[in-house]
Amino acid sequence: MIKKILIIIFTTYALTVNVIASDDGELILKKNDPAEIEDCSENFNRATFKFNQALDGVIFQPIASVYRKLPSPAKSGVSNSLENISHLLTIPNNLIQGDFKQAGVNTGRFLINTTVGVLGLFDVAQHMGLTGFEKEDYGQSLATLGVGPGCYIVLPILGPSTARDTVGSTLNFFGGDPWYNVTVRNDTQYFNEANYYYSKGVSGVDFRAKNFDSIENLEKNSLDFYASVKSLYLQDRQQKILNTKKIIDTQDDSDWEEISQ
Amino acid sequence: MKIKKIVFVVFLYLFSYNYSYSIEPEIFVQSTVNRASKILSENISKEKKMDELRLIAKETVDIRGIGFYTLGSIRKTLNDDQKKRYAILFEEYFLKSFSSRLAEYTNPEIDVQSKEILSENYTIVNSLLKGTPERPEVKIDWRIYTKKPENPLIRDLIIEGLSLARTQKEEFSSILNSNDNDMNALFKTLEEFSKN
Repeated sequence: MIKKILIIIFTTYALTVNVIASDDGELILKKNDPAEIEDCSENFNRATFKFNQALDGVIFQPIASVYRKLPSPAKSGVSNSLENISHLLTIPNNLIQGDFKQAGVNTGRFLINTTVGVLGLFDVAQHMGLTGFEKEDYGQSLATLGVGPGCYIVLPILGPSTARDTVGSTLNFFGGDPWYNVTVRNDTQYFNEANYYYSKGVSGVDFRAKNFDSIENLEKNSLDFYASVKSLYLQDRQQKILNTKKIIDTQDDSDWEEISQ
Repeated sequence: MKIKKIVFVVFLYLFSYNYSYSIEPEIFVQSTVNRASKILSENISKEKKMDELRLIAKETVDIRGIGFYTLGSIRKTLNDDQKKRYAILFEEYFLKSFSSRLAEYTNPEIDVQSKEILSENYTIVNSLLKGTPERPEVKIDWRIYTKKPENPLIRDLIIEGLSLARTQKEEFSSILNSNDNDMNALFKTLEEFSKN
């Protein structure tokens, strides 16, 4: 097992450029700047993007359009349950990133919501002061350890990613994701594979439903939908890696130097 | 003594002039949002709504500035004719895109919550688009250009931390890159978008 993990980590380093261990926020910000991330296989990525769009039109969009019409309490329950499961992946990543306080908060949230909150259907913990949940994954952890993003990639079904984030995701399947471990990897009497794939499918529908109008609107009003999605994904990752709600400076005065009003 | 008095009166006049005509960015945003919300909640056709939203955008958004920012460094290589053509095409594109995006919402409720002064030229106004049964609440930050305090202008909308100006810039860059930085290809794309 340790050997496998080491191989993956090594591959990550080989895939990504500028591997410098650093906790310098400025350096991490620069490395993950969307403008600096190369689209090494743009033609392939565009083809995959089209495939995903077609798949969305046939599967996710129709299901999401029905799902969003469900009563709010039902949707909240589903969202809360999915979020509760995602604590299992977030907590080890909080620890890797050295955020021990948040790891403690998230462990408390998971325990309370799984028990008092009826398997995560209700977010009881937030009413007890345990707020501020932010999902973390191995891609984000690798980034905070100084691993650069590598090339931009569009994965079939899963959508936008980077070389680093793809490798980060594969760690889930090698023991890194406790939810995967108890459903797919290990034969437990409580869960089976279907639980894992069902949760992932519902998670995709939930995301699509929450962003239903925004996605339709963006597609309709974009000159190049592929480029818009790429930019939004990379901006979002940059924010998540830095764990900041602060606005990343998108416009300095030099950008506008000779533009008169 | 008389000169002193005149200087004092002129100073007072200038001070009161600046005071009475400078607009606080958060008030500017809330009033812009209220105007847009009023139009969106009216029982008029979508086309009529879009026309009225265009008028608001022309008054409150630095369309020309955003257009040239969006173009990136290639703007430095344009000749005057190209700049003029681009400015016209971009404005048409922007107004159509902006009004079409907003017209999809009916009676959006946006509350301005706080502001952060970044520099003399920029203030970020933080606001929240209230959630509905079909959509969660959305955090919207407005980058306001305040160099002329009496005439603040919107230069960017940052939705849940994602900058629309930056997205647009990367979109335009992609179009130019796929066409060997040929401005005519961008002109054609903008024209087609505005016609459809």
